Amino acid sequence: MSQYTTKQVSELVDGRLDWDTVHRMLSMPKDADRFEKFIQVLQEKVTWKDRILLALGPHLYIVQNAEKKWVTKCSCGHEYGDYRQNWKLEALIYVRDDGEKMNEVYPKLMAPDTNWQVYREYCCPTCGVMHDVEAPTPWYPVIHDFEPDLETFYGQWLHLPVPERA
Amino acid sequence: MNVHVKIPPVSIGLAGNGKTLKQHRDEVLARTESNGHYNGLTHLDLKEKNPIGYEKLFSKLRGGLVHARETAKKIAASPIVEQEGELCFTLYNAAGDCILTSTGIIIHVGTMGAAIKYMIENGWEQNPGINPGDMFTNNDCSIGNVHPCDIATIVPIFADGRIIGWVGGVTHVIDTGSVSPGSMSTGQVQRFGDGYQVTCRKTGINDTPLTDWLHESQRSIRATKYWILDERTRIAGCHMIRDLVEDVIREDGLDNFEKFAYEVIEEGRRGLHSRIKALTIPGIYRKVAFVDVPYAHEDIGCSSAFAKIDTIMHSPVEIKINGDATWRMDFEGASRWGWHSYNANQVAFTSGIWVMLTQTLVPTERINDGAYYGSKFHLPKGTWMNPDDRRTGHAYAWHFLVSGWSALWRGLSTAYYGRGYLEEVNAGNGNTSNWLQGGGINQDGDVHAVNSFEPAATGTGACAIKDGLNHAAAVWNPEGDMGDIEIWEMAEPLLYLGRNIKTNSGGYGKYRGGCGFETLRMVWKAHDWTMFFMGNGYMNSDWGFMGGYPSATGYRFEAHQTALKERIAQGLSLPLGADRDVDTPDYENHISPTAKVKRDKQAMTTEAVYEDYDLYLNYVRGGPGFGDPLDRDSQSVESDLNNKYVLPRYAEKVYGAVISQDGRGKWSVDHAKTVARRAEIRKERIARSIPTRTWMESERKRILAKDASTAVQQMFATSFALSPKFLSDFQSFWNLPADWTINESELGIPSFGAKYRSGLDHLPGVTRVVLVEE
Repeated sequence: MSQYTTKQVSELVDGRLDWDTVHRMLSMPKDADRFEKFIQVLQEKVTWKDRILLALGPHLYIVQNAEKKWVTKCSCGHEYGDYRQNWKLEALIYVRDDGEKMNEVYPKLMAPDTNWQVYREYCCPTCGVMHDVEAPTPWYPVIHDFEPDLETFYGQWLHLPVPERA
Repeated sequence: MNVHVKIPPVSIGLAGNGKTLKQHRDEVLARTESNGHYNGLTHLDLKEKNPIGYEKLFSKLRGGLVHARETAKKIAASPIVEQEGELCFTLYNAAGDCILTSTGIIIHVGTMGAAIKYMIENGWEQNPGINPGDMFTNNDCSIGNVHPCDIATIVPIFADGRIIGWVGGVTHVIDTGSVSPGSMSTGQVQRFGDGYQVTCRKTGINDTPLTDWLHESQRSIRATKYWILDERTRIAGCHMIRDLVEDVIREDGLDNFEKFAYEVIEEGRRGLHSRIKALTIPGIYRKVAFVDVPYAHEDIGCSSAFAKIDTIMHSPVEIKINGDATWRMDFEGASRWGWHSYNANQVAFTSGIWVMLTQTLVPTERINDGAYYGSKFHLPKGTWMNPDDRRTGHAYAWHFLVSGWSALWRGLSTAYYGRGYLEEVNAGNGNTSNWLQGGGINQDGDVHAVNSFEPAATGTGACAIKDGLNHAAAVWNPEGDMGDIEIWEMAEPLLYLGRNIKTNSGGYGKYRGGCGFETLRMVWKAHDWTMFFMGNGYMNSDWGFMGGYPSATGYRFEAHQTALKERIAQGLSLPLGADRDVDTPDYENHISPTAKVKRDKQAMTTEAVYEDYDLYLNYVRGGPGFGDPLDRDSQSVESDLNNKYVLPRYAEKVYGAVISQDGRGKWSVDHAKTVARRAEIRKERIARSIPTRTWMESERKRILAKDASTAVQQMFATSFALSPKFLSDFQSFWNLPADWTINESELGIPSFGAKYRSGLDHLPGVTRVVLVEE
C-alpha cells in the first residue's frame, strides 16, 4: 500500500507535486488514507470553520455547518442549502445562447451553433467563481450531477465515524 | 510443428462430456446467476492452491497475446494497422467469455465474444460445423460489431477432441465497400449501404482461407491489397495464440488451463468491485452528452429523402454505485437510432466502455469479461445504443460512442475528485475527429480508398492537477499515434502543406484541455477523386468539468480551383501551415481569389469531387478543460501564448490575462495586473448573470411555446417516445402540464422509424444474443 505525506497531498492539490510522485500515485495501488489527508489539506485552505465532508470541486464543498446541517458551500463562504438539493438552482447563471456571446469565448467557427447547443455558466452569487459550465441543448433540465451516499461512504467504506447531521 | 487433423462430425457435443457448446454456456450462466460469482466460483481453486503457477499461466498467455499482436501487425501494409495499431487479439473460453486480451483496440473483447456466443446460440456446432483448423469471419454490426470495417477472424481451439477455447483477431480495414469509400463513411443511411458484412461465416478450413471467400471478399471492397494483408495479419496472430495455448496445455495440463480460463474471469469481476470501492464514492451520478447529425445541409448527398433532417444524439446516464461496490449504468432517456451510419450495437457500447475504463478505473492487464459480469447496464431497446431495427447503419458508430462516453468520464472523475485522487481526474475525452476519408484512383493508378487515422492523436481532457495532453491519444485506442507524414503520403494521394497545433482547440480551464492539431492536404496525382468530412461541428460532444470549458467545436475548410499549380510555377506564396485564427482566415490570401472555398460549420459531408491542387483541412479536435479559467496561473497562460495554444484575445477575455508582446514577438503576462483584472471579471460575471430559478421561468416559457430548433425538438421527441420516465421527469422539472409533450409527427419533417420497426429477432431461425437489460 502506498503512503504519501500531507505535504505531498497539499502539493498535489496545488498542482505542484513532482511528476515522479504523481506517476507513482497513478501506477501504484492507491493510498487508503488519501481522503483524510485531502480533507485536512482543504480544511486548512478555507477561511471558515465548518467541517468539510466532501469536495465537489475546486471551490465547492459539502460541509457540516455550525448547526450540524449538511450544506453545499463555496470556498468564499456562500451557502447553497441542503446538500441533497441541486446547488445550481441557487447559483447565478449566464447562458451563452447567441453567436455573439459564444464568440466571446471561441472563434465563430469553433463555437457551437446556439440553435443546437448553449453554454450555461454557473457562478457564485457572492464571489463570482465559476463552479460549472453545462453544454446542453436548449430546454435541457439543469443537471443534478451528484447525490453522494455519505453515510455509507464514511461508515462502511472508510470505516470513519459518520459525522453528525441535524 | 502442430498438425491439425480433421475430425469426423462430433456427435457428443463440442463442449465435451456429451454437452453442446450451448448447453455448456447455459450452465456457466446459470451458475453465475445462482450466486453472483462467475461460473459460480466462490473459491479460486487454482489461484489459491498454486498462486505462482496461476501467475505464470497469466504471464505466458498475456505475454503471448501482446507478442502475437506486435508480430502480426508487421504483416499489414495498412498504416491504420501497422502505424496506428488498430488491431487486437483476444483469448476466450469455450463459453465465449474473454479470458485475456492483448493491447490495442480492446473494445473487441466484447464484440468478438458476442460473435462466438452468436455461433453457440444459433447452432453453428451443427451447421456449418466447427472443426479444428476452421476459421470464421465476422463483421456483422447487428450481433455486436462496432462497425463493418472491424473485421474479426475467429479460430476455435481444440484439445481432447473438444473445444476448450477460441481466439479472435480483429483489424480495422481501410475500406469495406460501403456506398462511400473509406471505412467509416457517411453517405449511406442504412445497413444495406454500410459495406460488405459477413455473419460468423466459415471462411477457412484446415488453416487455409477458402477460395470462394478470397474471390468474393476482394470484389466487395476497394482497397484489396490492404484487405488481403490485414486478413493474413489476423490469421497469423490467431494461429500464434492457438499454438501458445497448445504449448501451455502440454506444459501445464489441460485441467489447469481450463481452471484458469474461468477463474481469471471471476478474478476480473472481483477486481472491478475492489477498484470501485478503492476509488469512488457510493451514490448517484448523473451526466449527459450530445452530438450533432446535420443531415439537412446540401452537402449531405444521401439517397434517402427521409434521412435529410437535422438530428441530435442524446446520451444521458445515471451511474448508481451501491454500498456493496456494485454498480449500474442506466441510459434511460437516450434518443432513438437514426437514419445515418452512427448507430451502435449494445455490445459495441458496453464493450467500448471497457476501453475507456482501462484508462482510468481498471488500468490493468487483467481486462476480461469479469468486468462485464461485474456491471449492470440498462440500454433501453430502440435507443441509438441498442437499436431495435435491423436496417440501422453503423459505419461510424464512434461518432456517438465517443460522444456518449464523455459523460462517463465526468461521472467517474466526480468520484475521484471527492476521494482526493486528483491525479485520476479527467475532464473527458476529446471528439476523435475529423475523419479525412474518400477515394478514387490513387497515385499508383489503383482503385483506392483513404481513411486518415490522424485522429488517433486527439487532444486529451484536462486533469485536476495538470493540462490535458496535446495531440496525444484517442479514447478508442490508448496506444494511438498520429502516424508519420511520409507514410500517409505513401498511402494517400495527398501532400502535406502543413501539420500544426490547432490553436484554441483545447477547452479553457485552470488546467486546459490538450490541443488538437491540423494538417492541410493538397490533392496530388489522384483521378476521379472524392473526399468528405466526418466530425462534430454545430455541437461539442464533451463538456468542461468543474468550471472548465468544453473544447472547441469542429468546422470544415476545403478549397477548389485554387490555381496552386500556377502559383507554384510563379513562385507566389502558398497556404502553408496553420489555419491559425478562423475569425480572420489567411489561407484564402494564398490561393486564387476566384477559388471555390467552403469554410463553415458543416463538419460532416458526403463525397465531394476533388481535383489535383484542391485543398482539404484535417482538423483534429482538442479536449475539455478543468476548473475556473481565472484560476489558471499566469505563467501557464504566457506559455500558451508563446506556444500558440491560445489566441491572444481569448487569453485576455477568458483567462483575464493582461498581456503584452515584445519586438521579437514574445508574449508576457503581467501577473499583478492580471490578478486585478480577474477580480473585475468575477464582478462582471455576477453583474451579467441572473438567479438560476429566474432563468428557468423564461426557459419554461420557451418550452411551452415550443421555441427551439427542429433538431432539438426531434431529439426530445424521440427520447420521450422511448421513455415515459424521461418525459415525466422533464415535465416535473419544468413544471409543465401533465399532457405537455412533443411528438415527431408535429415537427413537419419525415419520421421514418418512429412507429414501424423490425428487429433481428423477426428473422426466422435467429436467436438474438442479449447481453444487457433492455
